[in-house]
Formats: sequence, C-alpha cells, structure tokens
Amino acid sequence: MTNHWVDIKNADLVLIMGGNAAEAHPCGFKWVTEAKAHNKAKLIVVDPRFTRSASVADVYAPIRTGTDIVFLGGLINYLLTNDKIQREYVVNYTDLSFIVKDEFAFTDGIYSGYNVDKRSYDKSSWDYARGDDGYVKTDPTLADPRCVYNLLKQHYTRYTPEMVERVCGTPKDKVLQIWDMIASTATPDRAMTIMYALGWTQHSIGSQMIRTGAMVQLLLGNIGISGGGMNALRGHSNIQGLTDLGLMSNLLTGYMTLPGEKEQDFEAYIGLRAQKPLRPNQLSYWQNYRKFFVSFMKSWWGDAATAENNWAFDYLPKLDKQYDMLQAYELMNQGKMNGYICQGFNPLAAAPNKAKLSASFSKLKYLVIMDPLATETSEFWKNYGPLNDVDSSKIQTEVFRLPTTCFAEENGSLTNSSRWLQWHWKGAEPPGEARSDLEIMAGLFLRMRDMYRKDGGAFADPIVNLTWKYAQPHSPDPEELAREYSGNALKDLADPKDATKITRKAGEQLAGFAELRDDGSTASGCWIFCGAWGPTGNLMARRDNADPTGIGQTINWAWAWPANRRVLYNRASCDPHGKPFNPKRKLIAWNGAAWAGADIPDFKVDENPENGMGPFIMNPEGVARFFARANMAEGPFPEHYEPFESPLATNPLNPNQPQAMNNPAARVFAQDREAFGKADKFPHVATTYRLTEHFHYWTKHVRLNAIVQPEQFVEIGAALADELGIGNGSRVRVSSNRGHIEAVAMVTKRIKPLTIEGKTVHTVGVPIHWGFLGVAKPGYLANTLTPFVGDANTNTPEFKSFLVKVEKV
Amino acid sequence: MALQSLDIIRRSATTLPEPQARGAHAGQVAKLIDVSKCIGCKACQVACMEWNDLRDEIGTCTGHYDNPHDLSDQSWTLMRFAEYENPKGDLEWLIRKDGCMHCADPGCLKACPSPGAIVQYANGIVDFHEENCIGCGYCVTGCPFNVPRISKKDHKAYKCTLCSDRVSVGLEPACVKTCPTGAITFGSKEDMQQHAAERIEDLKSRGFDQAGLYDPAGVGGTHVMYVLQHADQPQLYSGLPENPKISAMVGLWKGISKPLGLLAIIATAAAGFFHYIGIGPNETDEQDEEAARRELEKTP
Repeated sequence: MTNHWVDIKNADLVLIMGGNAAEAHPCGFKWVTEAKAHNKAKLIVVDPRFTRSASVADVYAPIRTGTDIVFLGGLINYLLTNDKIQREYVVNYTDLSFIVKDEFAFTDGIYSGYNVDKRSYDKSSWDYARGDDGYVKTDPTLADPRCVYNLLKQHYTRYTPEMVERVCGTPKDKVLQIWDMIASTATPDRAMTIMYALGWTQHSIGSQMIRTGAMVQLLLGNIGISGGGMNALRGHSNIQGLTDLGLMSNLLTGYMTLPGEKEQDFEAYIGLRAQKPLRPNQLSYWQNYRKFFVSFMKSWWGDAATAENNWAFDYLPKLDKQYDMLQAYELMNQGKMNGYICQGFNPLAAAPNKAKLSASFSKLKYLVIMDPLATETSEFWKNYGPLNDVDSSKIQTEVFRLPTTCFAEENGSLTNSSRWLQWHWKGAEPPGEARSDLEIMAGLFLRMRDMYRKDGGAFADPIVNLTWKYAQPHSPDPEELAREYSGNALKDLADPKDATKITRKAGEQLAGFAELRDDGSTASGCWIFCGAWGPTGNLMARRDNADPTGIGQTINWAWAWPANRRVLYNRASCDPHGKPFNPKRKLIAWNGAAWAGADIPDFKVDENPENGMGPFIMNPEGVARFFARANMAEGPFPEHYEPFESPLATNPLNPNQPQAMNNPAARVFAQDREAFGKADKFPHVATTYRLTEHFHYWTKHVRLNAIVQPEQFVEIGAALADELGIGNGSRVRVSSNRGHIEAVAMVTKRIKPLTIEGKTVHTVGVPIHWGFLGVAKPGYLANTLTPFVGDANTNTPEFKSFLVKVEKV
Repeated sequence: MALQSLDIIRRSATTLPEPQARGAHAGQVAKLIDVSKCIGCKACQVACMEWNDLRDEIGTCTGHYDNPHDLSDQSWTLMRFAEYENPKGDLEWLIRKDGCMHCADPGCLKACPSPGAIVQYANGIVDFHEENCIGCGYCVTGCPFNVPRISKKDHKAYKCTLCSDRVSVGLEPACVKTCPTGAITFGSKEDMQQHAAERIEDLKSRGFDQAGLYDPAGVGGTHVMYVLQHADQPQLYSGLPENPKISAMVGLWKGISKPLGLLAIIATAAAGFFHYIGIGPNETDEQDEEAARRELEKTP
C-alpha cells in the first residue's frame, strides 16, 4: 500500500478492481464502510463476478477476466481527451513533460527492440532523450510530439469506450458512468483510493495492470494524498514482510537486488543502482545504495566483510536467470533440481498445474516439509482416489515432515499491507514436537557449518563466516533477529559535521537508515526496517492509537517502514509551494523552515519547495513515471495482451500481429505451451479466488471454518447452467487441458454472460480452498486446472484467466 | 439458569408476580443489524459458535452460500443470502443475519406451557431456560419468525440468547463484538433507533428511497432490528415476514383454550367433590371383588 488501511476512511471514492476486499480482507474492509458511512464515499466494484464487495457497492460493473488494461487504458484516454486531470500535479510531479528518444517506437502491439526468438526486448530505445547538460530534455508546455504526454495520449487513442465494451464485455453506459465518477476526483478536494489484490497480480500482464491503475491515480493527482493511493491488499498477514526481507530469488533485503551473472564488478553493481539524478536538484535517494548495501553485508558477514574484499561482494550468488517457483518446479521436472526444503508453503495446492507439480516432486530425492499442518504437498505421494490418483510405488522421493509452530505460538513481527511492523506475543505453547522455524533453520545451518568447517567445500567462506552471534546458537530469539534487521553501530559514530561529537556509540541501535554509512561502521539487515528496534527499544510493540488530527495517522501505533512513514510520496499532497492541496486532510506542509505535519515527510525535511525538488525521491527523475523506461519486461506503457488461454482468436487491440496476442515477453516453457487449451475444446473462461470463510488451504483443517463453508463448489451463471442443463446443487465436472475437477454447481445470477467481439462468453468461478486433507469435505485441488505461466516481470502465475469446459456429471 | 444480574419481568406459564424491585434503568437493549453494511462474512456465526460452545455438523453445499442450511440447536444465527434483480435491472445480493428477534411481545413465551422455560428480562432479552423446557415445541409454533429449534439430542428448545450472559456483565453480544464492518451494533433501543435513522438517511441519499427500520409493531417491536434498503419489501430478505404476528393458535391457546381447559379441570374436580358430598365415596362390595378375581384367572 502507498497509504494504509485506516486512511481508506478519508477517501471520497473507492475503486475495488482486481480484488474483492470484502471477501478476502473483511477486517480491513471496515475502512471502506467508514468512508461510506462518515465521508459519504461512493464504492465502485469492477469484477467478473458480482462479489461480496459488490453487494455493498454503489455501482458494480462486470468485466471479462484479464482485460483490465483495456478498461483502465480507456479511462486514461477518457481523462486525457476530456482534460479531467489534475494539471498542476501532473505537470510538476510526473514525467509527462519529459522527451522520449526518437528511436523508441510502438507498432502493432510490439515495442522497439523485440527479439521474437528470445521473447525479450533490447530496451535501449526505451529511454528519455538527454540534453547537452546531461539531464533529460523536457517541454513543460507539453507541446512536443515526443513528450511523454503526447506519446501516452497517442498510445491510448485505440482504447475507446466501444473497444472496452467489445473486449471487456462491460456495457458502455456502465463504463461511462464509472469513468465519470472517477474523473470527479481530478480536483484537489476529492480523493479516490484503488484497492486491488491478486485479481490484478495473477495475470501474465499483472504488473502492467497495476501500473495502469497507478497511472490513472497520477493523472487524477491521487498519489501521495490522504484518502488516495494505490493500495495492494496483501493476502497473508506477513506477505508484505516476505518481499521486504527479500525472499524472492532476485532480491536482497529492502528491495536491493542480487547481482546478475554479468555483474562481477562491485563498483559497476553499485553504480547501476545508485543512480544519479536525471533532472537538476533531484534527491534520487537510491544514491545511498552503497550505505544500505554495505550495512547489509556487515550484518550478514561482520568482520569478514571488509573494504578490501568489497564487503564480501563475491559471497553473493550472481544470477543467470530468475529462480522463481515456476522455474524451480520446471528444473525439478527436468531432473535438474533434486532436493527441496519447503517451508510454510503448500505448492502442490498453491502453484499452477497440479499434474506437473506432482511429476516434479516425484523426481526429487528428498522433500523436507516445514509446516504446522499436514499439507497436501507432504502427502503428494499418497493415493487419495480421484482426488490424488498417484501410484505410490513409482515415487521414490523421501519426504521428511517437520512440524513447526504457528504464528500464535511464537513472538515476532508481522508486516501488514499498511507496511506496519506489528510485534506480537506468543499466545500458546506449541503442541507435541513442534519447533519454531528459527530453531529448525538454526539446526540446519549449524550442522552445515560444522560440515564445511570439517570437510571444507567448493566455496565455504559464505557459510563459515556468516554472523551467528545469538545467545543460544541453536535457537535464536525473534528479539535478537529483530534488533539485527533493524541495525546498530559497529563503532562509535562521529557527527560528520563535528568529528569530536559522537552521535552513536558502538553497539547502540540505530534510529533510522539516515544513520547508515558505507564505511563498514554500521550494520542493518534490512535498511527499510532500520529504526524498527531503535535506541529507545522495540517500536513495533507500540500500541498507542491516539489520532490527534482525526485523519487516522496513528503514528505511535507499531512502526511503519520506511522511517515510520504512513503515506508514501506525501510531499505530493502539497502544491509546488508546499501548501496542502486539500487542507482538510493535511498530511504535511512546508512551514517556512521545514516540512512537518501529521505524517513523517517523504522528502528532505529542510528542502525549500521553491528549489524544485520533486516528490518522488526514489526515482532519479524526482517525479513519477508514466513512461517506465526499461523497468518493465514488456514495455514502457501498459498494453493489453490476451491471457495465454483466451476465448478470442486475436487480440482486438492488435489484430494483425500474432506476436502481440499474448504477453510477448512472458517466459513460457515448451511443455507448458503444449498444455495450453484452446477455445474450441475449452469454451468457458475460468477464474480462481478465495472465499471469506476460508484461508487458503489451512482452514479446511479447522472445524468452525468447515462448518460455515463445508464443500467444494464452482460458480456458474444461470445462463450457462440453462444451456448445459445443470441444476443448482448438482455435480459438475470442470476440465482444462491439464486435468479436471468435480464439484457442486452453484448456479447464480451473480455471474452474467458477456458479449465479447459479438460472441457470448461465460465465466466460471473456481474457489480454491479444498483438497484431500482436513476436516472439510474432501475436494479437488483447484490448481489441477490452472496454466503454468506467469507475469513477465514477477512470474506470478496466471491463476485468474484460463479456459475450461463445464459438463454435467 | 436464572441470572442474578438480569431481572425477569415475564415467565412462561406462570401467574406468580415477578420480582419488581430492580429495573433496567439504562433502558431496554437492542441489536441493530444494518443489512446495507453486511458483507456476509459469517464472522458472527463463528463468534456465536465459539462463545456459546456450539458446533454444528460439517454439512454439504447445496448451491447456496447459506451454511449451515438452517438454524438448529447448534446454529443460533446464520447468514441468509438472496439474489434480487431490482426494477432497474441491477443485481442486489441481500444478505441477512437470521436469528431470534427478541420480540417485546414474544410469541414463544406466550405459547410455552412450561413454567419458567421462557423468560423475558427487564432489558428486553427473551431467553430460554432449558432446564425447564419440556420439548413440546409450542414455542416453535408461537414464533412468527420460525426461530426456535428443538434439539434431537435432548429434546429441548434452543435459540439466540442475545448473549444474555455477556450483556448481564456489561459486554456486547459476541456477534456484535466480532463484526468487522460494524454492520451489527448494540446499545439501548433508543440509541439504536437513532443510529438507524442516520443510516437510513445515508441509504436514501444513495437512491434507496424505501430504506427503513424493521421493528415490527405486530410483536410489540423487537430488540433485534434491521436497517433494510427495501423496508417496504422485507420478504426480499430471505422471507423476512412483512407483518409478523403471534399465531392465532397461540391466541386461541392463551385466550380461550387455556382458560377453557382450566375451567374444564376445575369443573371435573368440582364434579368429583360434589359427587363425594352428595352421593359419598365410590365403594366396592363382595360381588365386585369376586367378579374381578374371575376375570384375572381367565387371563393366561
């Protein structure tokens, strides 16, 4: 979230699209209710199904799954054509005036630099033009045909209301009604928030869907303001913490990135990431990358990380490619990865294409499961009749099941969607032989280290030199780890302005990342978390809900990254002179000497606004980007591509270019491409989702949850049910080209057939929660159906759009 | 299970005067269910099961979100989902939390023949005291909302207590405590009516011209009230009755049958008494005894 849950109450308009907050985030949804009840906010829901969120919406519109860029691209076109943009905001705070290189081009859905064989782009043309002074050329009048404004306008001219109706199936009158409501927030006194979740991320063009939403918000001046923002609703209580701490194959902590295999040179590695400003007097905060990185390396490798060895840069693996979960299961399937430690994850249910997963796990030598529950993955080898029809005698994988504690049985911090690190305390002792994940991982590490010490190895240094200074080495405390990721001084730190003054003594916790240094005198395991456990103690444990300004800025409740800031980019809530655009919900303001207010300023605190520093300090531009430069895999502007399994034969936006049918930059493994189905055999469009009664595959083990939603079902519109002669409550078979499931048919008016390119398209809803283990009625794993392909940038699987066939059983 | 801190003002099947020294000076209580804020998450169902230590069966899916499918001795509240296409052609998903309405004039209590099995407290809560229940099921007939359920296990009647145990110590009912969107609120009936009025104004501003409060007069008003988007058509909400009234049978039972029955009992007793006074006790003689002995011997 750029903003936070409580701040949603300040919205005048709430758009829920690519998510179903009432269903999947019922507790956070209370802030939507608050906005409606006490701020007269209107709620818009755009979704393939009439959802629980839709049930309390003022306006609902259906949309074909996977076509959100068409809807939002049409909206961009509408806002630009009708001049419903917050001009002062976009001219000063975005790159609309920036001039783009002449070489950059877009033809028939494909950007310049495409290599069809590699399915990737040479992105060198995707950049701004530079002037003689080295800075990006701009045209504040927005007249230059090569400025981002005109390229953007040009790009979305094809996205008309008629096109939206043709591609999305959303009736034109509803489209225009919604666009008109959204356009009303282009004024400084009105704010719209966008709430989205996996309904946007789980597409092969998911990242670009989210970008399109963000672009709409920028045009309306809704980023950085109270009641606005792009608010990603995280589906696990700590999934925000997962990416923050770098638990992705290509990340280090705090969104630093691992070097690629060509990045053997330390200075070049830093240089690429510590980007110089692209415009005069911009902060470009990532210029501090070296401080964050060195402090991180000191945290991990302590004395072994020195200036002489580039802070142990050689210890880091250099990536030849992304090792996301799809890549990992592909490698297992090829027999190239033969051991797997599966911690707190149930991939047999949670990754796409169960048949492929089962085959992949069957080729492993060993599989270690760390989980509080008996997961389907831990019993993938066991026959459960049609629900898991495997021949155990043919599977040689040795499976170890290590029972772990659950979150309520340990202390620790959870990072929620609002980026709040909230400390929690153990509520119960773990049962039986369960051990904490920390204890298990520590045991594994200590044994490995002993082996490396004794026997040596190809490259023992990173293992034997890892910092491990816990009071009980076999069982580190969550408190010890929290102090470590927050960070401390390794030497006495002198004031840079006055060397005689010591600002922080050796061993003291640091108050924030501004104290980090690149000379090895500070350590911080995750720079964005620096200060969470500061000199005054554990700020995550704070529980003061005082809200002095009344706009929900409870800044003494827990601790938010970065720097306890609650609304990101909050400098943009003020005009170029530092006055709040909307004084009624003032976050910060320039008081003549400093920036201050209800939030921690996301800006240089003493920077006079007249100097022209932009509010988007993490970007070298100083402003927000409509033109993503080389940061996205498939292009600088979001373009609609059909899902890999589409009911259409061509992409209506680019009908003459077959390469532009699906995301041209998405990685597709050969075997998986063959497993895609076609509309002639699988005519129905399916989408998977969660239900409020359950949490993933956990709560089918819980009697109370099983009572309120006991048995697997699929949702089918009344029209399709009539066509196929399916009665409500009868059993149906849903098949894709990868397998089939059987479930109870829930025939509903909440799913309507859509008319797409003149043909009727039916949507089938497949909730995900059932499996062959637990106390709920046994069911099929929904991912039996889903395709093994992901977003081109993140490789998040395309769980939300695929083709199936529904039949009566 | 009489609670010391809640004063009973009415008991089923008794004419004894109730203790009157204490009263509900903070006013009568009410739970307000704002259907327009409800997202049907069923947290209230789970909270009810947890607080009251109830566990219904793990059932089946019959093509509806309603689970369990009906109220039972183990399910004292449940969400009922109704799909409604309004005259504008827009779909509405009307989700109503069903359960005891805690009528000011409770049909169950009136119908109940067992002394003290059903009571009404001074704060308005209608409660079942199962230790006095004889399982006759009259409360089911007496209820205009079809709420009480007879347990197959112990043949006693069960329903929502409005968490009288929690309310008696100053807590809100469990469902209210857990409701994530604030769709369920609890307080004095007056406050709840006032809160409802604000909500109705908001709904009217959103185009629900017929938004209103459901507090039906036919049962003297209720201590569980609904804010409805379509107060003119309560039946849209999974058959919420338009004009709930206590069944005529209960009226007949309480109004005519019961007095008549009582009269009949008294008349029989009186007839016996007068027979005794006028004719004397019935006695047997030798011949009668002999005939009886012969009859007995005949039986194998």
